[in-house]
Amino acid sequence: MDSLVPIEDRGGPAQPLLLASGLRKHFPVGGGLLGRGRKVVRAVDDLTLSVAKGETLGVVGESGCGKSTVARLLIRLLKPDRGTMVLDGDPVDEPHGITVNELRRQVQMVFQDSYASLNPRLTIAETLAFAPKAHGLPAAEARERVRDLLSKVGLEPDTYAERYPHELSGGQRQRVNIARALALRPRLVILDEAVSALDKSVEAQVLNMLVDLKTELSLTYLFISHDLNVVQYLSDRVLVMYLGKIVELGPVEAIYGNPQHPYTRALLSARPSMDPRKRTHEAPIQGDPPNPIDPPSGCRFRTRCPFAEDVCARVEPLLAETGRQEVACHMRVAGSGHSKAAA
Amino acid sequence: MTIQSPSLELGAPLVQPIATAGGRSYWQSVRRRLRRDPVTLICAGVLVLLVASALFAPWLGLNDPYKTSMIRRLYPLGSPGHLLGTDELGRDMLSRLIYGGRLSLFMGVTPVVCALLIGGLLGITAGFLGGRVNMLIMRVMDVFYAFPSVLLAISLSGAMGAGAENTLLSLTLVFIPPVCRVSESVTTQVRGFDFVDAARASGAGMLTIVRVHVLGNVLGPILVYATSLISVAIILAAGLSFLGLGVKPPEPEWGLMLNTLRQAIYVNPVLAALPGVMIFITSICFNLMSDGLRAAMDVKA
Repeated sequence: MDSLVPIEDRGGPAQPLLLASGLRKHFPVGGGLLGRGRKVVRAVDDLTLSVAKGETLGVVGESGCGKSTVARLLIRLLKPDRGTMVLDGDPVDEPHGITVNELRRQVQMVFQDSYASLNPRLTIAETLAFAPKAHGLPAAEARERVRDLLSKVGLEPDTYAERYPHELSGGQRQRVNIARALALRPRLVILDEAVSALDKSVEAQVLNMLVDLKTELSLTYLFISHDLNVVQYLSDRVLVMYLGKIVELGPVEAIYGNPQHPYTRALLSARPSMDPRKRTHEAPIQGDPPNPIDPPSGCRFRTRCPFAEDVCARVEPLLAETGRQEVACHMRVAGSGHSKAAA
Repeated sequence: MTIQSPSLELGAPLVQPIATAGGRSYWQSVRRRLRRDPVTLICAGVLVLLVASALFAPWLGLNDPYKTSMIRRLYPLGSPGHLLGTDELGRDMLSRLIYGGRLSLFMGVTPVVCALLIGGLLGITAGFLGGRVNMLIMRVMDVFYAFPSVLLAISLSGAMGAGAENTLLSLTLVFIPPVCRVSESVTTQVRGFDFVDAARASGAGMLTIVRVHVLGNVLGPILVYATSLISVAIILAAGLSFLGLGVKPPEPEWGLMLNTLRQAIYVNPVLAALPGVMIFITSICFNLMSDGLRAAMDVKA
């Protein structure tokens, strides 16, 4: 095994750190013993994304839209049905590329549930030392690394190293989870709703710490959240997902300042306003997302879209450049057949 | 003799936070709870006494448990020289009960330990790997489950013939499926926790993950369940001996003694019941101790 030195940049700044194309994950549900008559949940459907070096890519969307599945696919906790991944120029899990284990050295993840993601029988030090030791770091060095990690996430090593998870508060536990994700000195950290379960003041502290750690360790973040304000604060680019598909992708100012997709607009207008004079009176979109087992034909958002027309049911809109962002909507494509589209 | 399998309480989550003050580990707090539980402590004390007396029987200055006497048959309790009387062949009851504990306890513990190793391994494998491996292992176990445990033990012993080894073997086979099922369900539950995913995402090998993250969290519940099986094993072993499928005479064994003393039940009923009392005390102590352990380890209580 390697000695766990930080991994050097290879492809240069222009090479995306992670490039995933055509990722697909369908979960079979029900069906007979031999798999006949099975239905599938289309959790992630032909998703292509790239994460540039040093950026924070925010991923937003309703519950159940496939955000967490994307995270698990990118770190290969789930094996994609289709699609390829390239990490800094190296194809992952392919003959001339790097192995899944090498991918996991460079890509780590922080889970949402700070309690369930820590083994209750292990002390904090044991939890943090697990991955480095599994990669062959000698015990003495692992101990040193644990102290270093704890102080990096703002926990006094002497006080916390020998404690058990149930003796820590939620915020402290999530700091430990972040420290564990950093234990292998990764380049990309996937934060799957990492601060969503914390209360607001603790959330702010942890967010600031994440920002500091990013510069200190020159990390790249994939930040998954349903909290639009947090995503706006942290992200350089934002990706909006709906039912396993990307509906809009672009720089944070463009997405928040000039959203193009009706779904993005609905999401943004659903944000509670800080100003009591600007109350939200009506729900911007009605109902729940359709069942991903049998998603609507054409545009998946059409069942809840106020502008849906015939063409939306017939043709699936593809991501197309509109202004500074990419949008998957027929209204933004000239000559698509939608009445609001330019001719 | 009715034998009821201990109920499996699998609905409750097994890995739970516990509020303890100041840097105490899980096992330390379990020990603290046990110390405050008199019933469990008394049962454990009785069991230690039983095991110790059985182990050190030759040094206790007891009468020879095999020495028969045609004159001193069926002496009542409290006779001089024979504190608990004599059996139908004039052998000392106290001595036979203590020596009988050797075989009875051995027959109760050994099959459970063997079943724990085999069934636990199978169950943890099935639970951790999931999918088809799980289906294969668990469906095979279901076949064994289709028979009541007593019936299965009797038919296996009957097929293999009488004798202590065959009793051990058949009891082990009877206990593998329940142990396997409990292990599988706790392992499946633990595997679903994010910390196992985090360990997988760290690139550690599967065996390392099982050793560090799974075993520590599943051994507790599995061991508690196994303790409760010991009492069933003792009763089953005694039952097999009673039916003549287990230990052969003149070996002292509680079930066999119960059988041979049957003829004395009208002459000296108290005497005839003594081996049954021993079986009862031992199995109830194992059961209560298992309950106490479960309570001490159940962090919600």
